[in-house]
Amino acid sequence: MWDYTDKVLDHFRNPRNVGRVENADGTGTVGSLACGDALTLTFKLDKQGRIADVKFQTFGCASAIASSSALTEMVKGKTLAEAEKITNRDIAAFLGGLPEQKMHCSVMGREALEVAIHNYRTGETTVKHLEEKIVCTCFGVSENEILRVIRENGLTAADEVTNYCKAGGGCGGCRPQIEDLLARVKAEREALRPAAAAPRRLTNLQRMKLIEEIVARDIRPALQRDRGDVELVDVDGNRVTIAFRGMCAGCQVSEFTRRDFIEAKLRESVAPDITVVEEGKA
Amino acid sequence: MSGRLVYLDNNATTCVAPEVRDAMLPFFTELWGNPSSMHAFGGRVARHVEEARALVAALLGADPSEIVFTSCGTESDNAAIYGTAEMFGPQAKIVTSRVEHPAVLGSCRHFQEHGHAVVELAVDGQGQLDLAGLRAAVHGGPCLVSLMWANNETGVVFPMEEIGRIVKSAGGVLHTDAVQAVGKLPVDVRRVPVDLLALSGHKLHAPKGIGALFIRRGTRLKTYMIGGHQEHGRRGGTENVPYIVGLGAAAGLAAKHLAEEQTRVARLRDRLEAGLLATCPDSRVNGDTRHRLPNTTNMSFEFIEGEAILYHLSDQGICASSGSACSSGSLEPSHVIRAMGVPFTAAHGSIRFSLSRYNTDADVDHVLAVMPGIVARLRAMSPFVPR
Repeated sequence: MWDYTDKVLDHFRNPRNVGRVENADGTGTVGSLACGDALTLTFKLDKQGRIADVKFQTFGCASAIASSSALTEMVKGKTLAEAEKITNRDIAAFLGGLPEQKMHCSVMGREALEVAIHNYRTGETTVKHLEEKIVCTCFGVSENEILRVIRENGLTAADEVTNYCKAGGGCGGCRPQIEDLLARVKAEREALRPAAAAPRRLTNLQRMKLIEEIVARDIRPALQRDRGDVELVDVDGNRVTIAFRGMCAGCQVSEFTRRDFIEAKLRESVAPDITVVEEGKA
Repeated sequence: MSGRLVYLDNNATTCVAPEVRDAMLPFFTELWGNPSSMHAFGGRVARHVEEARALVAALLGADPSEIVFTSCGTESDNAAIYGTAEMFGPQAKIVTSRVEHPAVLGSCRHFQEHGHAVVELAVDGQGQLDLAGLRAAVHGGPCLVSLMWANNETGVVFPMEEIGRIVKSAGGVLHTDAVQAVGKLPVDVRRVPVDLLALSGHKLHAPKGIGALFIRRGTRLKTYMIGGHQEHGRRGGTENVPYIVGLGAAAGLAAKHLAEEQTRVARLRDRLEAGLLATCPDSRVNGDTRHRLPNTTNMSFEFIEGEAILYHLSDQGICASSGSACSSGSLEPSHVIRAMGVPFTAAHGSIRFSLSRYNTDADVDHVLAVMPGIVARLRAMSPFVPR
């Protein structure tokens, strides 16, 4: 048997909001009998534009039913703008997690919600476009759908893509294309990395907290391994005052420790203009 | 979950018969000697191993010298296919079917990757073998044919006598995976010209971890497990004595109960099947019901999914299995159901009930009492049911 959480089993055994909302404002159907699971989500908005009523019908396994039930509980009372922010990870987290091979059930929930909202706004019954490129013909999964699960879930291997959206789980003929898409997202992530590392504007409070954290987490344990230690005495703007303790106090090379290790580490992790001075020496 | 257990998954594994367990126990305590030893203590154990061999041989109509003990059905299948393919070399063609157990299909595909021509014969909508395809495939050079006696998922029984005639008239070697057939059907190698036959202990009320391979006298087979002289050099490794004794006891019991399988167990299965067909709309039986194991029914409940059915059954203390994608751990329904061309509407909702002589009318009554409610409940939440 699958290692389902109690919450998954509860939502499977006692599914919430089963059925179809009468005169629904939005309807979303994803999946098919051939694929082995399918979900129809219907919702109605109240005057404030919040989801007042929502129901589901699901053909699928225990985790597909539980994911659908969880989704209805999560979106109830939300505006469409709020509901749209729900990711498949949120659905899985709501259930206390899903087995890796069952993550596609959470993706099916997110997709049905997306289609239902799109249906409310445009009257269309699908978010897929004719010109969209289908990568997995066994399960009808498009390039955009695959890219989305890779990006939203930080996937790095083709097997994971199969677990999350079924692509590649049939004949396996599209696995090289899935590998290409994984490589494309990996390249995107790498291109973004320097931007993420760009200097952040920190408030004084944030800077002090971060310095404290780095000293406690990265610097002191390294010195303590050699029976040395350091104490953070003061932070004044970008000027950090320290005091050496243990074997570091009076060590011949503590000047190098100050400059090449502590100052370098804080410049790398906090701000490039930090200076570190030893108490009583500046 | 109610305290009661209704076990209808006997094609997956069976309970160890109390008589089998009792027969095994002394070999964990006082009779622990090595049957190969040159002392009376070991020699006593060897006699029990030979008694077990005779019991297994008797169940198959074989000579005891034609029985080799293995660790499981998969090992027996691997040994037969490996041993023959290696003996003939890459010029030997391998013929099998699309509905075989992975132990056979996987082995055949392994040799395909190593240069053997492999033919996977189709089955029809009833799961019956394409005999014309077999006739065409076995001609032209040395050939190993591996076809199952009975299918684990549907219980469909292949016409082994006719298959044997076709293969032997073409001079081929015939292996059969009889793991599901032995103990449920009369299996007689004097009547059916198979060269190699695999069986598994835990499918006939012996424990897991013991199997056997019948090797007809004169069949050339390359040894796959190299070691000592055990099993006449056909499988190295010190004999798993307690389990061999257990398999012997189980074979003896199976011979005794074979008639009951055909009558009482078959009647229970038929009552279950007819009852479910009558009370669950849009249900059907998969596979050839005229040529089928007496204990098995594979049924499809349309518009709902197998794993969900199994979890609800499990909540009611009922053990069964499914060919649905989710319960198989893959994303597609079972290869057997697909090979038969069962429509997707029904394939995902396929459930196998497999009985044993330990089942009772009360077990069938319990399933008949709860199954219609489970089907109705899941249908009520399925988007596909016409309303």
